[in-house]
Amino acid sequence: MAELKAVAGRIAVVREREADQPHSPVAVFGRDQPLRLDAGVDLGPFQVAYQTYGALNADRSNAVLVCHALTGDQHVFNRHPVTGKSGWWETMVGPGKPIDTNRYYVICPNVLGACMGTTGPASTDPRTGVPWGLDFPVITIRDMVRAQAMLLDRLGIDMLFAVAGGSMGGMQVLQWAASFPQRVFAALPIACGTRHSAQNIAFHEVGRQAVMADPDWRGGRYFAEGVSPQRGLAVARMGAHITYLSDAALHRKFGRKFQDRDNPTFSFDADFEVESYLRHQGSSFVERFDANSYLYLTRAMDYFDLAADCDGVLANAFKSTKTRFCVISFTSDWLFPTSESRAIVHALNAAGARVSFAEITTDKGHDAFLLDEPELFQIVAGFLDSAAAARGIAKV
Amino acid sequence: MAEAARGPGNARVDHLLVADMIEPRSRVLDVGCGDGELLKLLESRGVDGRGIELSREGVNECVAKGLAVIQGDADTDLVDYPDDAFDYVVLSQTLQATRHPRAVLEHMLRIGRHAVVSFPNFGHWRIRLLLTFGGRMPQTDNLPHTWYDTPNIHFCTIKDFRDLCITVGVKMERALALNAWGRPLRLHAPWWFWNLFGEQAVFLLSRR
Repeated sequence: MAELKAVAGRIAVVREREADQPHSPVAVFGRDQPLRLDAGVDLGPFQVAYQTYGALNADRSNAVLVCHALTGDQHVFNRHPVTGKSGWWETMVGPGKPIDTNRYYVICPNVLGACMGTTGPASTDPRTGVPWGLDFPVITIRDMVRAQAMLLDRLGIDMLFAVAGGSMGGMQVLQWAASFPQRVFAALPIACGTRHSAQNIAFHEVGRQAVMADPDWRGGRYFAEGVSPQRGLAVARMGAHITYLSDAALHRKFGRKFQDRDNPTFSFDADFEVESYLRHQGSSFVERFDANSYLYLTRAMDYFDLAADCDGVLANAFKSTKTRFCVISFTSDWLFPTSESRAIVHALNAAGARVSFAEITTDKGHDAFLLDEPELFQIVAGFLDSAAAARGIAKV
Repeated sequence: MAEAARGPGNARVDHLLVADMIEPRSRVLDVGCGDGELLKLLESRGVDGRGIELSREGVNECVAKGLAVIQGDADTDLVDYPDDAFDYVVLSQTLQATRHPRAVLEHMLRIGRHAVVSFPNFGHWRIRLLLTFGGRMPQTDNLPHTWYDTPNIHFCTIKDFRDLCITVGVKMERALALNAWGRPLRLHAPWWFWNLFGEQAVFLLSRR
């Protein structure tokens, strides 16, 4: 047990270092180039950590921006510097994969407010020399996208061939298409919606309250006191993780099976496999994620409402857009059900946009976009391939 | 449906006839676009094509082919399209499977300036014979379903469809009837002749 704690401690140290000095290229924006946030304050200096895969072509026309989800990061297709695990979207991105790194130049930035090298509450506040904590301004999906646009300016990419992402990544895709339509040739929002529903806000609030109820949270200043609200964050993750799966998937995977025992212990041990699985999800998550970051990012998702920015008319968000869209949902996703994707499609149709929409049959729930779903790969590959032909990107 | 007759470029003859009614470089919505074969043909002619398809397999196949197709239902989802969004709205071999054919037709001509509708003719002599002498709901190569397991809930004859067009007040710009091999019957035949010998019909309609 002591040994496990020591390993966890070492991982925590690595993670804390990642927040300021990541194992990724970093674009630093000085005090003279602040980010004007929706909250009405300027953030600067700040930095954006990102990974790239493949090569930018001579026309600079083959760049694909991959937007990560709530607890994802920029490590799409490489070994993770903290956990040592493989990248989070290796099923989708890589040589010969639907987002083919032989053909496209893939960029994935860590989002604003996260903890893997882009400025967020775990980063050092230059004014104080300690992490921002709750002094970090509350950010929005639109702020994340603005920061990404500044990164692309820095990289000299005017127009993206495509923007792709699932869940919170999909929200960023929609925000990109709405904020910078002339910079997005093709958009792939997967398993997302144009606003966070009351139920989703409710789940997030439960997660945040779990973090804040942990005595080690210390009002968000845990770093100063050498502790961390691991139990609270683990509970938040366990609750959230259930919403990423489905009843059918949980039943198929675990049913009512016991964990390493034949009979119930008549205690509150993790008797059931599903309990043990969730506990593992919780404890492995806290090693790689900052609790305050979790608060900020869930808040950013809660505030997302694309129609509200356009007098309540969603179609206005996409008025006269030239971007090609491919909207994808999953039958068993109850966090962002198909009806949410249909609302996007209706708005795009009303705006006269070129839109495809497919609902994929799976029992794997919201997380299906991260998993092995051959139909998903086929659709993404087909959509990108025809868009690439229209954009004049050479085949490999 | 039985193996359809094929024309130049291995395109289905009924698709070629539909495509010939559509101006190049126009905007087209294909309602019930199946696996996207007609849309592909139209795009090869420079048409900006979109599709709606009910079956998930059909949609996914179309999207994987790079077509702009969404999953939807002609009866419920045409409402969501704005007026004048398209030059043509195509309904190929789908009218008889809709719940409200009249409403679908009216929506088509609200969304598009023109509508192209193709459908199987229930007035064809073979069907009349089967019903008259067989005494059962007709089953043919083109209409192979049993009465209790068929998507086709609103069969009509060519004359019936013509009546609907008059009732709704749409202009019939062109009409064609195809024989059992998918070849057009001779032009300028009287309606009764088409209604008896046409196995399928294709109508180009516009607003009055």
